[in-house]
Amino acid sequence: MGRKILLEKAGIPGIREFTIYRANGGYESVVKALKSMTPAEVSQEVTLSGLRGRGGAGFPTGLKWSFLDRKRDSPRYLVCNADESEPGTFKDRYLMEFLPHLLIEGLIISSYALGVNTCYIYIRGEFKHIIGILQNAINEAYRNGFLGNKLLGTPYNLDIFVHPGAGAYICGEETALLESLEGKRGNPRIKPPFPAYKGLYGCPTVVNNVETLATVGPIIEMSGAAYAAIGKGKSTGTKLISACGNINHPGVYEIDLGLPVEDFIYSEEYCGGIRNGKRLKAVVPGGSSVPVLPAELILRTAGGRQRLMTYESLAEGGFDSGTMLGSGGFIVYDEDACIVRNTWNFTRFYHHESCGQCSPCREGTGWMEKILYRIEHGNGKMSDIDLLVSIAGKIEGTTICPLGDAAAWPVSSAIRHFRWEFEYHVEHPEVVGAISHGALIRSQEPSIQYR
Amino acid sequence: MIYHRLHSNDNRKVEFSTETMKRIRELILHYPENHQKSALLPVLHMAQEELGGFLSADVMDYVAELLDIRPIEVYEVATFYSMFNLDPVGKFTIDICQTGPCAICGGEEIMEYVKKKLNIELGETTSDGLFTLQGVECLGACGSAPVLQVNTEFHEFLTPEKIDALLDDLRELSKKNNDSKSRWVEKFF
Repeated sequence: MGRKILLEKAGIPGIREFTIYRANGGYESVVKALKSMTPAEVSQEVTLSGLRGRGGAGFPTGLKWSFLDRKRDSPRYLVCNADESEPGTFKDRYLMEFLPHLLIEGLIISSYALGVNTCYIYIRGEFKHIIGILQNAINEAYRNGFLGNKLLGTPYNLDIFVHPGAGAYICGEETALLESLEGKRGNPRIKPPFPAYKGLYGCPTVVNNVETLATVGPIIEMSGAAYAAIGKGKSTGTKLISACGNINHPGVYEIDLGLPVEDFIYSEEYCGGIRNGKRLKAVVPGGSSVPVLPAELILRTAGGRQRLMTYESLAEGGFDSGTMLGSGGFIVYDEDACIVRNTWNFTRFYHHESCGQCSPCREGTGWMEKILYRIEHGNGKMSDIDLLVSIAGKIEGTTICPLGDAAAWPVSSAIRHFRWEFEYHVEHPEVVGAISHGALIRSQEPSIQYR
Repeated sequence: MIYHRLHSNDNRKVEFSTETMKRIRELILHYPENHQKSALLPVLHMAQEELGGFLSADVMDYVAELLDIRPIEVYEVATFYSMFNLDPVGKFTIDICQTGPCAICGGEEIMEYVKKKLNIELGETTSDGLFTLQGVECLGACGSAPVLQVNTEFHEFLTPEKIDALLDDLRELSKKNNDSKSRWVEKFF
């Protein structure tokens, strides 16, 4: 069994209740931080741990915290990004649903470290049942002296509020999230100024993902150095991976970063191999935004090295032959999946979710969706394939926020690795368009390697 | 570009209950002074639940007045977020996830099955006013694909049999609960 740091207590019956969580060692890290450490010491441990943002970008958390403007005489805010909407990603939902107190523990310690007295959890509106779970846990924490005024008898005060979104993927982008929290449309802001200087209500703000903040408690408990000893290179610690698609055991798994991708897909402890005895065709390992890789390249790098579940190994080969760890939304496609249909599906998603501020994204995602629709439904032209590559290239890097990149990468990578399949769609309009035609394409497939 | 035609409330009374008004006053205290606009999303959720299942122009104007902001500030927000209904909906909104991970695990077949079963297309409401069918993007439950939500309540690992049972349950529930305003969602905000 793999090591459990975040999910250690997940199996304990009734762990959502404060008394049971506390009786099992919960909130000890809060006591340790508030009673025996200064805020600077807490931040130092987080820096030493090498923890990287678990929402997708993988930016070092300690460094992000260090940017917070602490000199200005104004309130500071910590905002927990629980707007989990990246297709393939459902790890934060699991954490909040089963271990709400682990998140609150992390929020208290992080707020203390950042000198924050008000913390918001921005959660997507569709997770309404989880809002109830979080609110109950917060109420329990207040009743037991872990929130409110003079926490545990120290001079430190902290309030946590849960704030619901209302269905907008873009609000997972931190500045769009802040706009939304202020009661506006979720339009990302131009950076700089960064939220660390000018964030919520114009005040210095840190926005971190649920999993990132939930990890802070265990880091304080075990020390930053001990956490950094887990994992591989700059990918320290453990990471939650939400595995889905055509696998035997979809679910949320905690892995030591550095686990071989092959072990993750085929071992019984994790995905348990491909469903219905089929072969592996492709994987999108970090949520829908990251490049798709064919079976051969997800298991081994172009240089022939074993591919590992780390930020670095998954990215090896750049966009020619690599991808990204992203949010850990691990989507597995079996041999019967149609890559063109899946790419069209994702592009429709990005078109729907584009906020509309930047023309390349607003218009480009729509064009790509239309072109992919016609290819998938048997009305494509050969020149459409290069046209898609051209549009994707013109969206990438030309927008305020990364949604444009996220919309472009799935398209350009699908064509890079599965061009034959796009051409097949153009050449055989009579067989495509139905919901399931992946198996037929497979029977015609000359080049793609399955595993 | 999508244009929304706003509906009026046809003289129906637009007013929150005393209990909800109390919750809104508490909610506003979550945000700093002069930032009560932050309460807009939660208040719109409450309005949709309590005032008829969708946001009419009258309801939005009422919310604007409550939060002391201009009506346009409410309209621009209500039209941005996909959870807000701008047209009347049935007692139960069935939101089926149509994004990639669900789609490759049978979500597209489930969508077709529900359409056939209810005899409506996406965005339509059944003639008895019970069900509105909507296609939504990723609901963050890909591990239990295919999934749908009935008024934000999750139903997972869907099969045609489960859809049959779910629709029967909902029909039963609507017979027991005749209050046309209640959408039987729990109130958390």
